[in-house]
Amino acid sequence: MLRLSRNPGADTAIKLAAVACAMFAFVFVVMVPLYDVLCDALGINGKTSGVAYTAVPAVVDTSREVKIQFIATNNDGMPWEFRPQVTQLTVHPGAATDTIFYAANPTSLPMIAQAIPSVTPSRAAGYFHKTECFCFNQQPLEGLASTEMPLQFVVDQDLPKDIRTITLSYTLFDVTTMAGSTIAAR
Amino acid sequence: MGDHHHGPAKGLSRWLFTTNHKDIGTMYLWFSFAMFILGGTFAMIIRAELFQPGMQLVEPGFFNQMTTLHGLVMVFGAIMPSFVGLANWLIPMMIGAPDMALPRMNNWSFWILPPGFLMLASTLFMEGGAPAFGWTFYAPLSTTYAAPSVTFFIFAIHVLGISSIMGSINIIATIMNMRAPGMTYMKMPLFVWTWFITAFLLVAVMPVLAGAVTMMLMDIHFGTSFFSAAGGGDPVLFQHIFWFFGHPEVYIIILPAFGVVSQVIPAFSRKPLFGYASMVYATAAIAILSFVVWAHHMYTVGMPVAGELFFMYATMLIAVPTGVKVFNWVSTMWRGSLSFETPMLFSIGFLVLFTIGGFTGLMLSIAPADFQYHDTYFVVAHFHYVMVAGAVFSMTSAVYFWLPKWTGRMYNETMGKVHFWISFVGFNVTFFPQHFVGLAGMPRRVPDYALQFADFNMMSSIGAFVYGASQIMFLYNVIATIVSGEKVSDEQVWDGAEGLEWTLPTPAPYHTFEVPPKIEATPAHG
Repeated sequence: MLRLSRNPGADTAIKLAAVACAMFAFVFVVMVPLYDVLCDALGINGKTSGVAYTAVPAVVDTSREVKIQFIATNNDGMPWEFRPQVTQLTVHPGAATDTIFYAANPTSLPMIAQAIPSVTPSRAAGYFHKTECFCFNQQPLEGLASTEMPLQFVVDQDLPKDIRTITLSYTLFDVTTMAGSTIAAR
Repeated sequence: MGDHHHGPAKGLSRWLFTTNHKDIGTMYLWFSFAMFILGGTFAMIIRAELFQPGMQLVEPGFFNQMTTLHGLVMVFGAIMPSFVGLANWLIPMMIGAPDMALPRMNNWSFWILPPGFLMLASTLFMEGGAPAFGWTFYAPLSTTYAAPSVTFFIFAIHVLGISSIMGSINIIATIMNMRAPGMTYMKMPLFVWTWFITAFLLVAVMPVLAGAVTMMLMDIHFGTSFFSAAGGGDPVLFQHIFWFFGHPEVYIIILPAFGVVSQVIPAFSRKPLFGYASMVYATAAIAILSFVVWAHHMYTVGMPVAGELFFMYATMLIAVPTGVKVFNWVSTMWRGSLSFETPMLFSIGFLVLFTIGGFTGLMLSIAPADFQYHDTYFVVAHFHYVMVAGAVFSMTSAVYFWLPKWTGRMYNETMGKVHFWISFVGFNVTFFPQHFVGLAGMPRRVPDYALQFADFNMMSSIGAFVYGASQIMFLYNVIATIVSGEKVSDEQVWDGAEGLEWTLPTPAPYHTFEVPPKIEATPAHG
């Protein structure tokens, strides 16, 4: 056995203290990244990928249609006007589709927003690819300004057959005070 | 030897600078009782508000502060330190050691506790009030929406976490290095075994709790986004981290209670404990399983079905080792020569009521059914059956059992029995009806409720006042024993009590086992 001290009691204590420190570090360096990795890998929690999807050449599966619904929600205290241009689209898996979300800042101050997506059913999250999304970046807006924000997506051909409707929900957060700090866009 | 046989120092400095395990144990016990009264006062305010529907006494915001502080103070201030106190008093005496392995650290781990709780309690008087987000402090309720006092709460959790970690390191170091010659692991009394395993759990999960509150601190003050979706974090992550700590924590609370009951029941059955080895293995099995069941607290959070099933089956599996323990306690009593002194009454009360709490736990473990029970009074009833009737009853049993050994005086047996019966009836009147209102849909942590719950809530409140008042009788009995109890000089005190601590003179001298005792070759346990 490794001996760290002449007093066997203190020796045990030092080793146990090291275990305690290791467990503290474990939370930060293992649990947090592992949680993100698992959510990404398994597509659970409705989380979609935070980076743009590079479209692979694929045949458009015209044999079936998937209904895509869009929901826009403001987080608590967010004053912006935020809505999808169309609330529902019908697409074929494999076909790239464009749509637009509309945002307006009704206050007189410049603000920065961040949209966080979530997909329902969560099983579909891994099959919903965004090739272009306003949610990849923060959205700054001057006071009383408005903008149209683009979204391009592809539904994977491998989407399980029993999923006929996918709901994409965006929650808009006010990150004006957080901006500047590193924000991992999703 | 000469110089070593000094008694305790005089005055306040005896307590401030003491490194004696008995002094420190005593301080832990008194401190935890003070916290028990404080947390109990918060509970009385909660039950007074819930006596009738409608808002009567306190503001909803203050009500939330009461539920939060009641949970925090009872878990971290009353139950955990009380068992650490018991460990300090008893473990050296049970394994034939002169003191704890690291007496100075022992002093420190006690003395940082009162400042920690002072810090927590001081939040009550701060602007915005005390933490009001429940003892589970889910983010972002505890980060984005918390009162400024949350920072004090975070540091209080850090302080008492450090205290617990040091306490458990000391316990492990003592057990591993200071057993008398011949005291092999499988000869250790079961109380020592359960604490040994509990201490490992504490060393493993208290740092996780510290990590969770540190992340909260960083989210609040340093612009990180561990739990904030706006910055790419996830509030659900908080729940995973919290319950990764929180589930082993409930076994940290209950395992030492198992240990106490495993000492008391054989003594008053006048039989060795049935199935000693299986008790040890069952305790270890419970401890290991406790790390893989945490998400049963989060069935409704939106997990994949595979996750729900895994955590459901793993949780149900814990019923097996727990069932082994209950079976062994009952088998110990089977055909024993039973007598029903107060410690035995509290231990039997523990056995019956803890088993009920275990069964409601099994009900809650069923993921599909839990969607109805989640966050209702059914959960409140369940965890009070295991926390109060489990941990607190067994702690009370321990105090009555070892008090004569500690003080050399016998408590008032009649008053003890009256205390038990009032506690037993008061407890059940308080918490049994909560099963019904919970199943009928009354949510937890609400200051007001629908009219159909009125009768059961009034019963609950009356029971709570009775149970609360009976603890004053307990306090009186303990003080009266210390001051003027009938003197006991018999070393064994209870004719069925076994173990090294009962070979020492009564009251236990300030210094014991300076020369290690001889352990007989035959195992102490059947």
